[in-house]
Amino acid sequence: MNRGILVAAILAAMLAGCRLAPAAPAVTVPPEPAVLTVMTHDSFSISGDALAEFERDHQAQVRFVKAGDAGTMLNKAILAKGNPLADVLYGVDNTYLSRALAEGIFEAYDSPALESVPDELRLDPENRALPIDYGDVCLNYDKAYFADRGLAPPGSLEDLTAPEYAGLTVVENPATSSPGLAFLLTTVGAFGDPGYLHFWEQLAANDVLVVDGWDTAYYTEFSASAGQGTRPIVVSYGSSPVAEVIYASTPIDEPPTAAVVADGTCFRQIEFAGILSGTANRGLAEAWIDFMLSTTFQEDMPLQMFVFPVNPQAQLDPVFQQFLAVPDRPVMVDAADIEAHREEWINAWREVVLR
Amino acid sequence: MSRSLPRLGPAVRTAGLWAAPLVFLALFYALPMVQVLRLSLTRGGGLAAPFVEVLRSPLQRDILRFTFLQASLSTLLTLLVGLPGAYLLARYSFRGRSLLLALTSVPFVMPTLVVGAAFQALLGPSGWLNLALMELFGLSQPPIAVLHTLTAILLAHVFYNTSIVLRMVGDFWSHVDPRIEAAARTLGASRWEVLRRVTLPLLLPAIAAAALLVFLFDFTSFGVILVLGGPRLATLEVEIYNQTVGLFNLPLAAALSIIQLTCTLALTVAYTRLAARVSRPISLRPRRLTQRPLHGLRQRILAALIIGLLLALLITPLAALAARSVASIGSNGDQGLPGVGGLTIDYYRELWLNRRESIFFVPPSTAIGVSLTYACATVVLSLALGLPAAWALAYRPESAASRLFDPLLLLPLGTSAVTLGLGFIVGLNQPPFDLRASPWLVPLAHTLVALPFVVRSLTPALRSIRPRLRQAAAILGASPRQVVTRVDLPLVGRALLVAAAFAFSISLGEFGATALIARPEYPTVPVMIYRFLSQPGALNYGQALALSTILMVVCAGGMLGIERLRLADVGEF
Repeated sequence: MNRGILVAAILAAMLAGCRLAPAAPAVTVPPEPAVLTVMTHDSFSISGDALAEFERDHQAQVRFVKAGDAGTMLNKAILAKGNPLADVLYGVDNTYLSRALAEGIFEAYDSPALESVPDELRLDPENRALPIDYGDVCLNYDKAYFADRGLAPPGSLEDLTAPEYAGLTVVENPATSSPGLAFLLTTVGAFGDPGYLHFWEQLAANDVLVVDGWDTAYYTEFSASAGQGTRPIVVSYGSSPVAEVIYASTPIDEPPTAAVVADGTCFRQIEFAGILSGTANRGLAEAWIDFMLSTTFQEDMPLQMFVFPVNPQAQLDPVFQQFLAVPDRPVMVDAADIEAHREEWINAWREVVLR
Repeated sequence: MSRSLPRLGPAVRTAGLWAAPLVFLALFYALPMVQVLRLSLTRGGGLAAPFVEVLRSPLQRDILRFTFLQASLSTLLTLLVGLPGAYLLARYSFRGRSLLLALTSVPFVMPTLVVGAAFQALLGPSGWLNLALMELFGLSQPPIAVLHTLTAILLAHVFYNTSIVLRMVGDFWSHVDPRIEAAARTLGASRWEVLRRVTLPLLLPAIAAAALLVFLFDFTSFGVILVLGGPRLATLEVEIYNQTVGLFNLPLAAALSIIQLTCTLALTVAYTRLAARVSRPISLRPRRLTQRPLHGLRQRILAALIIGLLLALLITPLAALAARSVASIGSNGDQGLPGVGGLTIDYYRELWLNRRESIFFVPPSTAIGVSLTYACATVVLSLALGLPAAWALAYRPESAASRLFDPLLLLPLGTSAVTLGLGFIVGLNQPPFDLRASPWLVPLAHTLVALPFVVRSLTPALRSIRPRLRQAAAILGASPRQVVTRVDLPLVGRALLVAAAFAFSISLGEFGATALIARPEYPTVPVMIYRFLSQPGALNYGQALALSTILMVVCAGGMLGIERLRLADVGEF
């Protein structure tokens, strides 16, 4: 059995070798070009041209680390505080903002580019988290379904509890899904606490279907998506109808779906970026934040991620101008309020809807 | 090779075999887990507080009960479906046998989201089965409503895990000498008595190992529960995710993680006790001597029934996906069956186009290359670590080291992926071990999952080698090395292939760890599938199905390839 020991020893040596080898480039930063690491959520995307512009202007190379969904990413950033995984974090939204600020993962940066950003999007007065984009979580409906039956599409949250809409709606679980949480917050903003629970009681009695993720809700249950489910109303994004046009299987003139944008039916998600405390790359990190607020990135973003610019100078692609419906009065819930009550609201929701 | 090595005591030699796997587990499993659990628990009020909270909460107790219930039922059903299939694959040679074995491995690698879509297409309210039944019996309501019920979860678990039983039990069975059973029949035992008193006891070690692995997979089930169970049905694993990501309650999540680990440990300890009792040395025979062709109507009907069952449960969902990937979507409106428009290869063609000019775009060929690279690295790493561990377990099962370490090897299977993922962040953060963003982390994480499969596949085969055979070789002058290369290796060649097949498919299908650690510029195929399913639009959906179909082909191809390797049958003694 001496063979076994030898094998084991060789393996241990090999293992030690391969542990060291790949780790080396991660710790030694070559002087030229400098490497900037940006941590983002899974949905992040950027075009090659936009990125090349930044890398050329700053003699830098940008490395992206995708750290899971927004919640998982924030957990990782919090646990890695002081020895950050990246220089910049992008993708914390207003439902998680207070948590990120309270944990102190960001360094403040008063970017000159913030000047043109509307005040209602700048939620952190100390500029530790800087707004980059926003999007609205809205009800979407299957246009053909309602037209065929001569039924009016829903115009308010209360409509969903009416008998003629029984069994038509699918929503996401706020404990596992970001649009699910946004929709729960919409009801909190619209009906107050505990009024929202009363609304959910009625919605549950009206046979609402709750699933765990947006993908299941949209692709498996929603009747107007490619998955051809059975429910004609789904909680999705205000931009989803535009995506249906852009990603149509064969070119179409208008989307098969529409978003409900009546007052008080949508929740506005604002996404933030911040410089992670303890970065050794402060200068380049500042440049990246400025770049994210520049028209180059702000105009690239909508087609990449279906979110919208905070910089009023950025022009939207014509397809958005043609098909995008934007709510005039989305629901806003104070970020500190969300942080204080998130767990309580979700747990109360679970008791009412899932029990 | 040093002459002094053979003189080392057996305890030292066993310890030597354990060294590599233990160092691996300590660095990449224990260290991250201990760090993240410690950090999480110290964020709360007191160490005991979250445990008290779990025990007091009726919701958490329900979750614990449901986790055990669904895992036990799933395991039983998987065995019920898998054992007849294992019998067929073990005892009969027939045309298409390899293909059947390869195809039944494919479910193992499919992402849960697309499997959810397949189940919906087949069993949903407007699924093919319901529409057919409504048409046939003139019903106005869909007769089958299994989605978002326990039944859907059980079906999906059978779909995913039957291949574990087919491979593990089937392979072992194919080398059990049929003359033992024949002798029992000659001595007057009925078929039933032979099954109960000869066959099952002989197979028990392999059945127990397969059942344990299936149970642990079901016990920690996540994607299946989310997609097919819906939010009313939660396992511990799902609740740990909810508490971590949705509610930021890290102390409670850590407490649940520890409870899940404790249950796993209790199970694995019980299993190792049982395994040590029931295993016995028997002669393994080459397959060409144990298998016979199907003959006679009765055997053919039996084979057709078993194959039909496997096809219905494991292959129809895959076929539904493949069919949808070539059906054009969106033009047929309300008429006809869902997803059946004209035929199209648009979605496949689209996979090669980077319309958005995103820097994260890769053509499918690259994603397949990345997936295969990780899979091969996982095979090499898990065999290199699993072989010495299996050796130690097989030859010194009573040694203190084996008794202590055997259950530990299985722990990663019962570990919450979210917790371990965060553990990598806090545990591997110091140079030279700052692996937090290293691509090496992917095969390392896959190896943690594959290792128990490798060890469980190898140990029963190694244990069945009669000590006399090795002693005889030694007496006849074989050096210890020759005993290994001439006796052990030929005998376990098949089991090595089974182990490699498991490691390959585990890595190919793994999504959770890969999505979190893979460099976004180099995504694997499952990661790409999830990317498509995260945006609206028929084209995204179609591409996800097309890529899933490509993944099926790659998996089946890989399995057939492994099967073809010619250390494929045991030598004869």
